[in-house]
Amino acid sequence: MSTEFYRTGAPIEDGKAPDGVIAERWDNRRFAAKLVNPANKRKLTVIVVGTGLAGGSAAATLAELGYDVKSFCYQDSPRRAHSIAAQGGINAAKNYRGDGDSVHRLFYDTVKGGDFRSRESNVYRLAQVSVEIIDQCVAQGVPFAREYGGLLDTRSFGGAQVSRTFYARGQTGQQLLLGAYQAMARQIQAGKIEMHPRTEMLDLILVDGRARGVVTRDLVTGEVRNHFADAVVLASGGYGNVFFLSTNAKGCNVTAIWRAHRKGALFANPCYTQIHPTCIPVSGDHQSKLTLMSESLRNDGRVWVPLTGGDTRAPADIPEAERDYYLERIYPSFGNLVPRDIASRAAKNVCDEGRGVGPGGLGVYLDFADAIARLGRDAVAAKYGNLFEMYERITGEDPFETPMRIYPAVHYTMGGLWVDYDLQATIPGLFVIGEANFSDHGANRLGASALMQGLADGYFVLPNTIGDYLAAGPFEPLDDAHPEVADAAEAVRTRVAKLLAVNGSRTPDSFHRELGRIMWDYCGMERTDAGLRKAVGLIQALREEFWRDVLVSGESEELNQQLEKAGRIADFFELAELMCIDALHRTESCGGHFRGESQTPDGEALRDDETFSYVAAWEYTGDRPVLHREHLTFEYVKPSQRSYK
Amino acid sequence: MNLTLKVWRQKNATSRGHLTTYRVKEISPDMSFLEMLDVLNERLILDGDDPIAFDHDCREGICGMCGLVINGVPHGEQRATTTCQLHMRHFKDGDTIVIEPWRAAPFPVVKDLVVDRSAFDRIIEAGGYVSVPTGSAPDAHAVPVPKASADTAFDAATCIGCGACVAACPNGSASLFTAAKITHLGLLPQGQPERARRARAMVETADELGFGGCTNIGECTAVCPKGIPLATIARMNADYLGLAATGD
Repeated sequence: MSTEFYRTGAPIEDGKAPDGVIAERWDNRRFAAKLVNPANKRKLTVIVVGTGLAGGSAAATLAELGYDVKSFCYQDSPRRAHSIAAQGGINAAKNYRGDGDSVHRLFYDTVKGGDFRSRESNVYRLAQVSVEIIDQCVAQGVPFAREYGGLLDTRSFGGAQVSRTFYARGQTGQQLLLGAYQAMARQIQAGKIEMHPRTEMLDLILVDGRARGVVTRDLVTGEVRNHFADAVVLASGGYGNVFFLSTNAKGCNVTAIWRAHRKGALFANPCYTQIHPTCIPVSGDHQSKLTLMSESLRNDGRVWVPLTGGDTRAPADIPEAERDYYLERIYPSFGNLVPRDIASRAAKNVCDEGRGVGPGGLGVYLDFADAIARLGRDAVAAKYGNLFEMYERITGEDPFETPMRIYPAVHYTMGGLWVDYDLQATIPGLFVIGEANFSDHGANRLGASALMQGLADGYFVLPNTIGDYLAAGPFEPLDDAHPEVADAAEAVRTRVAKLLAVNGSRTPDSFHRELGRIMWDYCGMERTDAGLRKAVGLIQALREEFWRDVLVSGESEELNQQLEKAGRIADFFELAELMCIDALHRTESCGGHFRGESQTPDGEALRDDETFSYVAAWEYTGDRPVLHREHLTFEYVKPSQRSYK
Repeated sequence: MNLTLKVWRQKNATSRGHLTTYRVKEISPDMSFLEMLDVLNERLILDGDDPIAFDHDCREGICGMCGLVINGVPHGEQRATTTCQLHMRHFKDGDTIVIEPWRAAPFPVVKDLVVDRSAFDRIIEAGGYVSVPTGSAPDAHAVPVPKASADTAFDAATCIGCGACVAACPNGSASLFTAAKITHLGLLPQGQPERARRARAMVETADELGFGGCTNIGECTAVCPKGIPLATIARMNADYLGLAATGD
């Protein structure tokens, strides 16, 4: 099949997928994988791009195993990667509570939560290694919350019916990341990791079809340089910043994985975007990013809007009878605790009806008055004090006195580079871990599962599977003069020079804002055929204008933050178009991907398993992308319509 | 509101810097401090000037990347706040605001308001970890940790490594940063085997990097966005001196 937007190619299969009983697959794969002799490991070099939970844990573990590691991050220190901002917690099937949790239940919840668009084998392995992650982090000194008896505390999170989320107040990501960073620091000191902070990967080096290195730009001196290795691991995070406004850090970008995609790595499910329901609303045109308020707030806060549109009274002046607690009304059994995708869309719907609150009518109330009356102010402060403070810093309003205003914001991208069970992309020697790959969350990620996946990939999965590939190494030594290396470096220099040479009249940020607006309007919480077609046209026109009229100040041989931005935005343009095409071709609704044309009579997402039970893996061609389907089969969890009513 | 900004401009590490005056108009009180600088930078680019370089990333107060000295105070006068979480509603129409980079010999200026804080990484590399290779950990419940120890360790562990403590200290000391990690790991059973070695290695590395000594002034904890307490420095000294006394 082919359309004006894409062509269809041969289906693909996960060539490393083990079969047999699901609980034994990971053991079987580890046993079947080739090992690298300890004496040979030190002759092998691995590049790891990104130092978040996935990249940091992978770099440390690979170095501990004896490989020589080169690690890269754009921040000034590996400790600052955006995993640090994760608040809520990390899931693990420890069943310390004896409340009926098990590896199988975590597996089941994750497959269902992903709306049956992930691989059973991968998710099962994730649930299995979740247990080891907690052990490892505790041994590193991660200060998880504890009970008075000295044992670890857990909480239920994101609508799970068991208490399996381990946490460190509202800073779980920070503490886990510092654990991985410290493990890296030990290996840097030992000389096993060569650390390159303030360095950005701008291209992948392929030699004889294998990933053999990266071309980087030193963000301080502007030096463009080649780095060689026997394998390359991309752990560069998600691409939510294509929307300009998101909960991602300002520097988060798609460049590393997009450059690899352009070199042949398939990009899977790019349209699967998670929009988080509880973020602080936009306050004006100056807004540079959005801040998440932990989902845990929905345990005690009640979500509402005025019953009728255009009600501009202060919230305290609106009597109970004139409020609509819409989540409790529509979803009586889950109420305010419905999953993220459902809560987000419900908020959008009431705002579309003109009942939103705050500037521009893009907000709903999250009200703690009942919780304060029921539990007392002190108890509420003990649970949520730091979040209330953060909210007050940003908005100037005190949630003890007046309801919070919240609105959905882009938070996480489930899509990413396609990888097999070994986490290897379609380019031999290229591995992709953490948010940068597509592997475990299907069409929607559950709360407290991102940290789990990042650390599972980095500490426990990749270090086992990469050996199977590296056993064939070391590969031929390379230098800058090798033709394929020289070409890659030259392409990077040309592109940098081209961005500076345009010398137009619009700033990089102005283009990024406009692109983000297109994506939010047409490829955000609700997508339609007409909207997506329109978006593709708008993106193409804006991209053409970008390359004709962008104004990048300064030079290449210096610290130049505008140049960094412009390069990333250029890649976001290409990604944005692919996201829209992916969203356009998937005419069903599933998880975070809601197509207006595909809903149940009462407005819920309607999947089409007959047609769309596959991973959409896209090949870059420079023209229309080519769709390769990986069919998904479900042996252990029967696909069903999710219901939270 | 309309404001006058005096901003430190410095082309690179080797050139001389100076304060340059800019006027910004129609600043919304809802803007963050960094968004105010974004607005100025957009104008500078269109005017053909070099925009102001400053470090920032998460813009939600946790990555530790941002840090400006605002009117002489690291991260500004609002307590327990990073620069990115400081909002313009704390300023008045007509104010003059002086914006400078961290000032400390071990944090050389890279450009404008950007400094090199890699010395902090060197301190952690010297021993700010527990040596536990992946896969070698016992079950997480094998070693209970008293809640009080866990909570105090957590308070110290919240350090974001921004460097405000060094910038505020008249001695340019990294004691609060170093002590936060020594306290975090030293309070946990997992951190005991390396406790003495860790304290010695980290303190001596900080000294070698050119950070000053602590004279208990307390400017560090006053500007710390995470409120790391001064008591951590007492713990660091106890660990450091304790091992000197035992000859370990």
